[in-house]
Amino acid sequence: MQRPIRVLIAKPGLDGHDRGALIIAQALRDEGMEVIYTGIRQTPEQIVASAIQEDVDLIGLSCLSGAHNELFAEVIRLLKVQGASDIPIFAGGVIPAGDIPYLKQLGIKEIFPPGSTIKDTVAFVRNLFSREG
Amino acid sequence: MERKEKFETLSGIPLKTVYDESDSPKHTSQPGEYPYTRGIHQKMYRSRLWTMRQYAGFGSAEETNERYRYLLEQGQTGLSVAFDLPTQIGYDSDDQMSIGEVGKVGVAIDSLQDMEKLFEGIPLDQVSTSMTINAPASILLAMYIATAEKQGVDPKFIKGTIQNDILKEYIARGTYIFPPKPSMKIITDIFQYCMEHTPQFNTISISGYHIREAGSTAVQEVAFTLANAIAYVETALNAGLDIDLFAPRLSFFFNAHNHFFEEIAKFRAVRRMWAKIMKERFGAKSPKSWQLRFHTQTAGSTLTAQQPDNNIVRVTLQALAAILGGTQSLHTNARDEALALPTEESARIALRTQQIIAYESGVADTVDPFGGSYVVESLTDQIEEAALVYLSQIEELGGAVSAVEQGFMQREIRKAALATQRQIESQEQIIVGMNQYQLDNEVVPELLRVDPSLAKKQIASLQKLREQRDNKLVQTELAQLRQAAGSSENVMPYILNAVRAYATVGEICNTLREIYGEYVI
Repeated sequence: MQRPIRVLIAKPGLDGHDRGALIIAQALRDEGMEVIYTGIRQTPEQIVASAIQEDVDLIGLSCLSGAHNELFAEVIRLLKVQGASDIPIFAGGVIPAGDIPYLKQLGIKEIFPPGSTIKDTVAFVRNLFSREG
Repeated sequence: MERKEKFETLSGIPLKTVYDESDSPKHTSQPGEYPYTRGIHQKMYRSRLWTMRQYAGFGSAEETNERYRYLLEQGQTGLSVAFDLPTQIGYDSDDQMSIGEVGKVGVAIDSLQDMEKLFEGIPLDQVSTSMTINAPASILLAMYIATAEKQGVDPKFIKGTIQNDILKEYIARGTYIFPPKPSMKIITDIFQYCMEHTPQFNTISISGYHIREAGSTAVQEVAFTLANAIAYVETALNAGLDIDLFAPRLSFFFNAHNHFFEEIAKFRAVRRMWAKIMKERFGAKSPKSWQLRFHTQTAGSTLTAQQPDNNIVRVTLQALAAILGGTQSLHTNARDEALALPTEESARIALRTQQIIAYESGVADTVDPFGGSYVVESLTDQIEEAALVYLSQIEELGGAVSAVEQGFMQREIRKAALATQRQIESQEQIIVGMNQYQLDNEVVPELLRVDPSLAKKQIASLQKLREQRDNKLVQTELAQLRQAAGSSENVMPYILNAVRAYATVGEICNTLREIYGEYVI
């Protein structure tokens, strides 16, 4: 039997708005995936360490404070340093459209801004692994 | 045939087709009379309109000071300070934890120096200021007092509110620092200090707002907020404080959400419940202790990133519900806040929305106009009833502090949030412009950008302060604070002394972290 997709849902930075992160974590669990939620206020170092230790297939980052450009970039940099940049990343939160090209260029596969649905998020994850797997 | 299978409020209270006298027993109290269902004042907005208080702050103290002066010139009647996250969680701007966050969601305040700049040219005996600050509330209040002193204003005359509601931080908002027990102790210290030194300052704003934003229902918002309020009162009573001395300075903060009638009913219900709790349960004697005074903010979580101008209409309806529910002060959200902090233009439209309701609609000219409405009276009763069920459940868990530690409220909110999301995705709930009536080509509005060089400037100014201040004095004051924190003494006077010596938010919080530890979920 194939092992379920393992996802780390992480909240870098200091904001405590975890409604979206919790909903996505629960929704992916309901889809049969294994989800590890870091809790709020994680440093990029902690997130990368958890991702490697938990051997996840995918990282979801959530940030609603406006610090996404700095913090997501740092997560990606540290993954590279650790030789783990093969782990794909998706992200959500209050992310203005103008920042999306920059974040995608950094290597983030997909951004889910306000108004995104569980349905689209799940479809994205399924699609990602059917294509690559 | 009806257009939906079932009609209900957002809390799931079933709605009948028509209501009549059989649905609403006669309540005989009038506005200004216990239990204040109809409002805490006899004349309400006929004597004085609500305070128009827009939450604002970004970047540096200088920039935010400019926005405040602009808002005051435009007719805003009270200030409301948004602090950045490092300030709210007790880190200095140059702390490793602050990377990317300095000045982003609010103004960066490291020391008294920043606070002095924030209120430059704004006499503190002439405005009332609300500060959204919780774990370090004692420090920011101390800075506000010290700024008043520097302006030559006697702290006895400063008016405003600190949020200071730590329990909802564990439940929903996330800016806690210390564990619950020492946090509750600091809160009681603040109550006690302010009774004597700043008698016109509200010492806490017990907040349902963020509980609702995290996804709760209206009923949960009422119940969890009151449960927290009961815990604060009990802690203060256990410390030996006289209820009628501290209770009149307790204030509340609620959300104005989408279901118009349910929201009006919610404000009326919570007012009545609080009056009964204070009088019957705690035996408060002063009517001031029975009266629930509250601030309202329209629901940020209902704003859509899609077709953002539609948000102006949502905000108008939510604001109207808050006013019909008898709020004491109001923040109306700006149309672009699903995307970023508001631009000056968006912030102005949000303020104008309140002014149009106040001066043009006529709704402020009659007190509690929905009193006697069959549907609103019935919903008022039903919200009270449902919230009481939650309150007794929380009692069984050992009260709010213990229920929070057990994650009870957190779980209930999480369930409600997921249910809402599912309803939106199945289109049981229609959100105009988002899950129906979408546009193919959205025009992206111009958004506020926080100056990216701000963090560097803020750090430079902080480092300069560290060179210029009397560091020996800072160390002495911090040592005395450390000692006080380890005893049962009130920490407020020691924090005030440290602040006066220009100790920073981070230094003071780190001193307290040494004694109290940090809370990790």
